[in-house]
Amino acid sequence: MSPTTIYTARRILTMNPARPEARCVAVRDGRILGVGDLDELLGWGPAAVDERFAGQVLMPGLVEGHSHLMAGSLWRYRYCGRFDLADPDGRVWPGADSLEAVIAQLAEAAGKGGAGGAVVGWGFDPIYFGHRRCTREDLDRVSRERPVGVLHASGHILNVNSAALDRAGLLRSGIDHPAFPLGADGLPTGELKGPEAMLPVLAQVGLERSFLSGDAAGIAAFGKLCVRAGVTTATDLAATLGDAELEALLAATAADSYPVRLVPLLRMIGMSPADAVSRAAALRGRSTERLRLGRIKVVADGSIQGFSARLRWPGYYNGAPNGLWYTPPEAIRDCYQRALEAGVQVHTHTNGDEATALALDCMEAALRARPAADHRFTLQHVQLADAAQFRRMKALGMAANLFANHHYYWGDQHREVTVGPERAERMNACATALREGLTLAIHSDAPITPLGPLFTAWCAVNRLAASGRVLGEHERIPVAAALHAITLGAAATLHLDGEVGSIECGKRADFCVLGEDPTAVDPRALKDVPVRGTVLGGRVFDAAREAV
Amino acid sequence: MTPVIVVGGWLGAGKTTLVNHLLRQAQGRRLAVLVNDFGDCVIDAELIDRAAGPADVLALAGGCICCAYGADLLSALQRVQAREPAPDLVLIEASGVALPQAVVRTVRLDRGLAVDGTVLLADASTLAAQARDPYVGDTVRAQLQQADLLLLNHVDRASASVLAAARALQPGGVPVVDTVQAAVPAELLFGLLPRRQEQARDSDAEASARRPLRPWRPHSAASEFTSELRRLAPPVDLQALQAELAMLPGLLRAKGFVHTADGRRWCLQAVGRRVEVRLHPVGGPSPADDVLLVVRHRGSG
Repeated sequence: MSPTTIYTARRILTMNPARPEARCVAVRDGRILGVGDLDELLGWGPAAVDERFAGQVLMPGLVEGHSHLMAGSLWRYRYCGRFDLADPDGRVWPGADSLEAVIAQLAEAAGKGGAGGAVVGWGFDPIYFGHRRCTREDLDRVSRERPVGVLHASGHILNVNSAALDRAGLLRSGIDHPAFPLGADGLPTGELKGPEAMLPVLAQVGLERSFLSGDAAGIAAFGKLCVRAGVTTATDLAATLGDAELEALLAATAADSYPVRLVPLLRMIGMSPADAVSRAAALRGRSTERLRLGRIKVVADGSIQGFSARLRWPGYYNGAPNGLWYTPPEAIRDCYQRALEAGVQVHTHTNGDEATALALDCMEAALRARPAADHRFTLQHVQLADAAQFRRMKALGMAANLFANHHYYWGDQHREVTVGPERAERMNACATALREGLTLAIHSDAPITPLGPLFTAWCAVNRLAASGRVLGEHERIPVAAALHAITLGAAATLHLDGEVGSIECGKRADFCVLGEDPTAVDPRALKDVPVRGTVLGGRVFDAAREAV
Repeated sequence: MTPVIVVGGWLGAGKTTLVNHLLRQAQGRRLAVLVNDFGDCVIDAELIDRAAGPADVLALAGGCICCAYGADLLSALQRVQAREPAPDLVLIEASGVALPQAVVRTVRLDRGLAVDGTVLLADASTLAAQARDPYVGDTVRAQLQQADLLLLNHVDRASASVLAAARALQPGGVPVVDTVQAAVPAELLFGLLPRRQEQARDSDAEASARRPLRPWRPHSAASEFTSELRRLAPPVDLQALQAELAMLPGLLRAKGFVHTADGRRWCLQAVGRRVEVRLHPVGGPSPADDVLLVVRHRGSG
């Protein structure tokens, strides 16, 4: 018989309403043998009692239902965000509160990085620095000779210096393209608005395309971030999953020292719906304990802050024209129907409410043609959905993963510029989704916002914007509901709720180890509950020491 | 500079059919085709094999080259130009949801390329309904507005009233060609591309252009084309020639190479209403004489 370990804890929050709390949990073969009192658990036979968590609080391992491996890869470059942020090794990099501070950070990175190479930063968010845009002249102060680039937090804008533009052949007049704003001199300002402008310059500033998907180092760094955030199951929500990428993922996750269960979704891009579905179905068979394959991601529209999301009437508050469809509606419908037929799950990015309406119509049509039970096709972000749309989602058997973090980082801008006060208050309407009976997850979209489900839960509970304003009081949800959304709720959107998301007999021994009880602290302090580490399949990972 | 034609239009309009049709007509011209939609209709691999070398099909990994994947378009265009031998014409099949103007702007970032124009395909049997669609109507209408030349395809599938509704959407000043199976004279898109000696029986570009086109769709006399190759005596008054072209009734396509009094060589070309002149690089591929190809609707005077 395999050995049994019984962990004692200050408190175990199981998320199982039949036995919500306990003091001990028994683990055998990487799974939960039982949770309860020591006496009850010793009934399974001899066991080693491990008291390392005696002073800690255990929760089910947290589930991040919408993140990207790029959150790990980006740490190769200098963090230039507005807020303090811990890197995969736990070192906290201070936030920059002005453009001057960002330039100073990049200059420091330039000093460290040797003489010749490019200087690259990420996480830049000048929205906090007033109206002045960053220009190539600003970044020329970092270096005139070496290419300098800093990627915005949104991931959709890159600022570069003159040397980078010059090397890309773009420091010239006569450019007529909306993604290249021009200065008074007729030359590009160095702000590259959108991937079509960014990507020709990326290679010049040393940002390789592979940083998007995650190489071995990026996958490893992502794992460390997960341990620090208490996450044991995380999605990579837009993977290309080519053969090389698949091999890298299989190799990285095969090691017992890898601390997180990855769920990469195949992005339907550059392939027909038929090919996407058959590829996903084939990938499903390559799944392992720590790598779960066989799901599809579809992107319906763009982003709200980028004015590329598709909004219903009356559109954007500042009068900007409606956004763009990223995938033809016909292809979305076709994909849904084929996926239902093959038993492949589809997650669809819909930011604007018109994109959500379209996804609902496609779902309804696909289900009429190919009825299916418990498909749990999930809408991701769904930021502007109203109550009627949540009711339709419920009726069609769909789940929702709302972007709670967005509210904190960009809620003020949504209120003032993109959608206006009324709709800003109903964005990411967690309370409405729950009231309508939906399976609900909430997410970070890391690296767009930092990975940290407890912070995400805090956002959903408090609905504070960065300005300190409470935006949409009626959509706040209780702490218990938010904790459900980052465990069982997120697991259910992946059909993994029978395996992870709660601490009960038979499930994977995945725990999040906390220094304090998140149900006992002031809800306004939920984000400050310290994460000590995780347990994945019975293996302990210490946040302070990476792996034990 | 390598000419580029952007082929736009909603899913099912016949973009890939048009590309296949053009591949069939390639006759030794080296076409680079960038495809972007991955629908049921695919580029005919057999055509590519038969064309062996002249045609070059490159699949873009990107659903929408208008926005998120425009950069893939630029790097694909660089790869295309680096090929040996270099292509004579690049055809970009835009994604069904793409706005052609966005594609054109991105292509213009590449100084080795010259955009000849945007040919937009529309399905005559569904266009009016698509233009009314609450989700995609604005995109479909915007695509129409960005066309230099509109190919109203599948006219055989549309009833008279449906066809009339489709025609009512024709943007002012944009010439329309009715098509079945996207079958148009190759010159309409190719312009004055020389055929390759090694491949084509009839090697002389001028001769091929001079040859009268067969009446196009014999079942409809109204939609025949005329193709005319004018020999011009240098030096040419460029402004007068442009003005003449702009006034020419039924003009669908023009392409010419002329000398001006200062000895410079110019490429003059039009797709639909867009007439454009650009300096032709010394040594660039062009016929020796000053010639102008004009494709018009027959019966347009």
